[in-house]
Amino acid sequence: MSIDIRAPRPSRRAVLAGAGLFSLGFHIPFAAQAATLDAAPAAPEVNAWVVVKPDETVVIRIARSEMGQGTLTGLAQLVAEELDCDWSRVTTEYPSPGQNLARKRVWGDYSTGGSRGVRDSHEYVRKGGAAARTMLVAAAAKGWGVPAAECRVERGVITHGPSGRSTTYGAVAAEAAKIEPPKDVVLKDPKDWTIAGKPLKRLDTLPKLDGSQVYGIDLKLPGLLNAAIRDCPVTGGSVKSFDAAAVSGMPGVKRVVQVGDSAVAVVADTFWRAKTALDALPIVWDEGPNAQVSSETIAATLREGLDAEQAFVGNKAGDVAGALKGAAKVVEAVYGVPFQNHATMEPMNATALWTAERCEVWTPTQNGEAALAATADAAGLPATACEVYKIHLGGGFGRRGATHDWVRQAVLIAKELPGTPVKLIWTREEDMTHGRYHPVTQCRMRAALDKDGNLTGLHMRISGQSILASVAPQRMVEGRDPVTFQGLNPGGPEAAIGYTIPNILVDHAMRNPHILPGFWRGVNLNPNAIYLECFMDELAHAAGQDPLAFRLKLMGNHPKHRAVLEAVAEKIGWDSKPPEGVYRGICQTMGFGSYVAGAAEVSVSDKGELKIHRIVAATDPGHAVNPQQIDAQVAGSFVYGLSAALYGACTVKDGRIEQTNFDSYPVMRMDAMPAVETILMPSGGFWGGVGEPTIAVAAPAVLNAVFAATGKRVRQLPLKDTDLRRA
Amino acid sequence: MARLNVNGVVREVDAEPDTPLLWVIREQIGLTGTKYGCGIAQCGACTVHIDGAAVRACSLPLSAVEPGQKIVTIEGLAPGADHPVQQAWAELDVPQCGFCQPGMIMASAALLAQNPRPSEAEIRQEITNICRCGTYNRVLAGIKRAAERGQSG
Repeated sequence: MSIDIRAPRPSRRAVLAGAGLFSLGFHIPFAAQAATLDAAPAAPEVNAWVVVKPDETVVIRIARSEMGQGTLTGLAQLVAEELDCDWSRVTTEYPSPGQNLARKRVWGDYSTGGSRGVRDSHEYVRKGGAAARTMLVAAAAKGWGVPAAECRVERGVITHGPSGRSTTYGAVAAEAAKIEPPKDVVLKDPKDWTIAGKPLKRLDTLPKLDGSQVYGIDLKLPGLLNAAIRDCPVTGGSVKSFDAAAVSGMPGVKRVVQVGDSAVAVVADTFWRAKTALDALPIVWDEGPNAQVSSETIAATLREGLDAEQAFVGNKAGDVAGALKGAAKVVEAVYGVPFQNHATMEPMNATALWTAERCEVWTPTQNGEAALAATADAAGLPATACEVYKIHLGGGFGRRGATHDWVRQAVLIAKELPGTPVKLIWTREEDMTHGRYHPVTQCRMRAALDKDGNLTGLHMRISGQSILASVAPQRMVEGRDPVTFQGLNPGGPEAAIGYTIPNILVDHAMRNPHILPGFWRGVNLNPNAIYLECFMDELAHAAGQDPLAFRLKLMGNHPKHRAVLEAVAEKIGWDSKPPEGVYRGICQTMGFGSYVAGAAEVSVSDKGELKIHRIVAATDPGHAVNPQQIDAQVAGSFVYGLSAALYGACTVKDGRIEQTNFDSYPVMRMDAMPAVETILMPSGGFWGGVGEPTIAVAAPAVLNAVFAATGKRVRQLPLKDTDLRRA
Repeated sequence: MARLNVNGVVREVDAEPDTPLLWVIREQIGLTGTKYGCGIAQCGACTVHIDGAAVRACSLPLSAVEPGQKIVTIEGLAPGADHPVQQAWAELDVPQCGFCQPGMIMASAALLAQNPRPSEAEIRQEITNICRCGTYNRVLAGIKRAAERGQSG
């Protein structure tokens, strides 16, 4: 672990903390207990965010989901900071989506994705903590008959200065709950933070060390049955027939049910027996209209889009056509990325209990509210008659947020067995072949260089799949998918390009294959950073210039982009010669509100074997809530990004995904993991995420270093398909 | 009925002989700390100890477990979860989502039992479990720390 934390300016000693994390979340209502919906809290809540028990335990409510990125701890730090409570007494709990619905969304948005867990809710959760503090102090002051202004708080102990009397949060919490909430509260200046901004340990670690953490797949309920499911291997196909009688006598089997149009499930006493019977079940599919589609036919469709007349414009300035016409040199290259599966370690699962009056679901989800909507829809019941209990996630990465296909399936199965809870678990094979994949795109880069090697024009034509068109069509803007242009926007606080190029056109020819896309950690920032940052490297070499110097010339108007890039360059020693046989690559981008840069040192053996020795990554997320967790996210991001860049590809044959498990969809393991040095340089004044942005710089940093080592440009990922032996 | 010695307790289990040990542990015995991740011995989330050696339980049929063998799961690794590996994990805040960590811990503990002072290269070679959150560098640091502790202790 290596983390270099840089304060915004020398005078400011406190490092701003804040984990703009990809996800968040926390600890479950225990199954049996959760089944009683309106279990009253043991102590009255001070407000929606804070409960203080008589024993001084402070329960902080967390609306977002914890799926590994530390959001739960980061959000709790923000509430605790304003509350001035004793951090060692803090625990957390998830209010259920049904409670949020019943209380007019008092906890706001439950969605945990887009690295928004902290950055979208920091203000109102801090206000929740500050309001609770005000009420607790007011209750103590009222009891003493003194002005609240004469009281101070330290670690949950309230003291009346003039008289020296003191009490505790736990002692006054019940009275505080009766106090009128303050209309407005003043939040602390981040430079005064003592809990937020600090590299505190996570709150959810210990149960993950002894097997006691309950994930969705581990849920136990009285009378629980288990289900295994097989969906039509070709998306868009359906079930023609199946022979339930062939397996109904197998051990433990209770039912064989069709699930919607396209799937069949076996319900048994145990999952293993359900799966065993499902494997033996004869199913005849109607594979539908997509059974002839292959990776080759998809690639051909995308290639056609590279030259198509119609395209949605994401960024346009000047006259690119004119610049290309007048160029001293035109450089052109076509890049492409394949489908990727999220491959969360815990496969999709949900437990559902349905009756004609009510439906309850227990599931790991990144968006409890969306899971509740899916539950109600599949159950045929109003949402007010349904409830979802969020169970700890064994990874999310975007798969468990936007669509809740597995929840629908679980409810449909449970409807066939009213009053009996049924747990549906996907096998790894089901999970691998029925994902919501990182979208497939190609990109043609075309640039104009003048006689001095200056970049005067750039056309990026992205051709391929839109996530929003499939997942959230209501977010499309006049047919355009704005997410497609992540990291390439002309400006704005979310994902702006870091270069000033006088003539630029970034456009998107939308081509949507039948394989369903989804938000895959890092989303469109990943391919866009590969396209732009590898091509910038190509341009620098075409211009005979140093890749760093070539970029910096274009970054005068982009000081934050520039600062992270310069930071990694300095730390990796860009100006000095690398060790013998070691080569470097560098890159930067902006996404999810944060500025990130990466630099890599690699070597390639005579046999073409790549070794990544060292990664340096810099992040400016504005505010940093938990530096040690940001360090963990940066290192983890390289694993996710490099897994995809080096090995990951889901290919299509006969309309179906060919990869079925980790043997055919390899991911990075410890043997390939490089050392990662994190530079955290929060400059203040904005809130960016940290769960995703760094993923985008993983691949281009390494690919540019691979070029330096071998002279080979890897333009179609994954890298494993390219022979890296020197020609 | 088969008899299994799990975490020092001998239990009768009612499962078909070809049932993987993983599912017997999870479903018949009810210990869910051992995870299902792939079912083909690729990811290591199901790692348990059999007579002290790390075994991927998803691919070992119940019939292959001999009556005298001692099976240890994450729940039984150490009383109070104070195995040096677990301590190091807590100190370094290793887990993210945590789903792979029981297997990661069991694999690491078995490695250290066999090779109390592994080199970094040996650790990288031996620990092949998959973590999608990307905790590898902290896992590596955790094993080194646990090894040091084992030596000094």
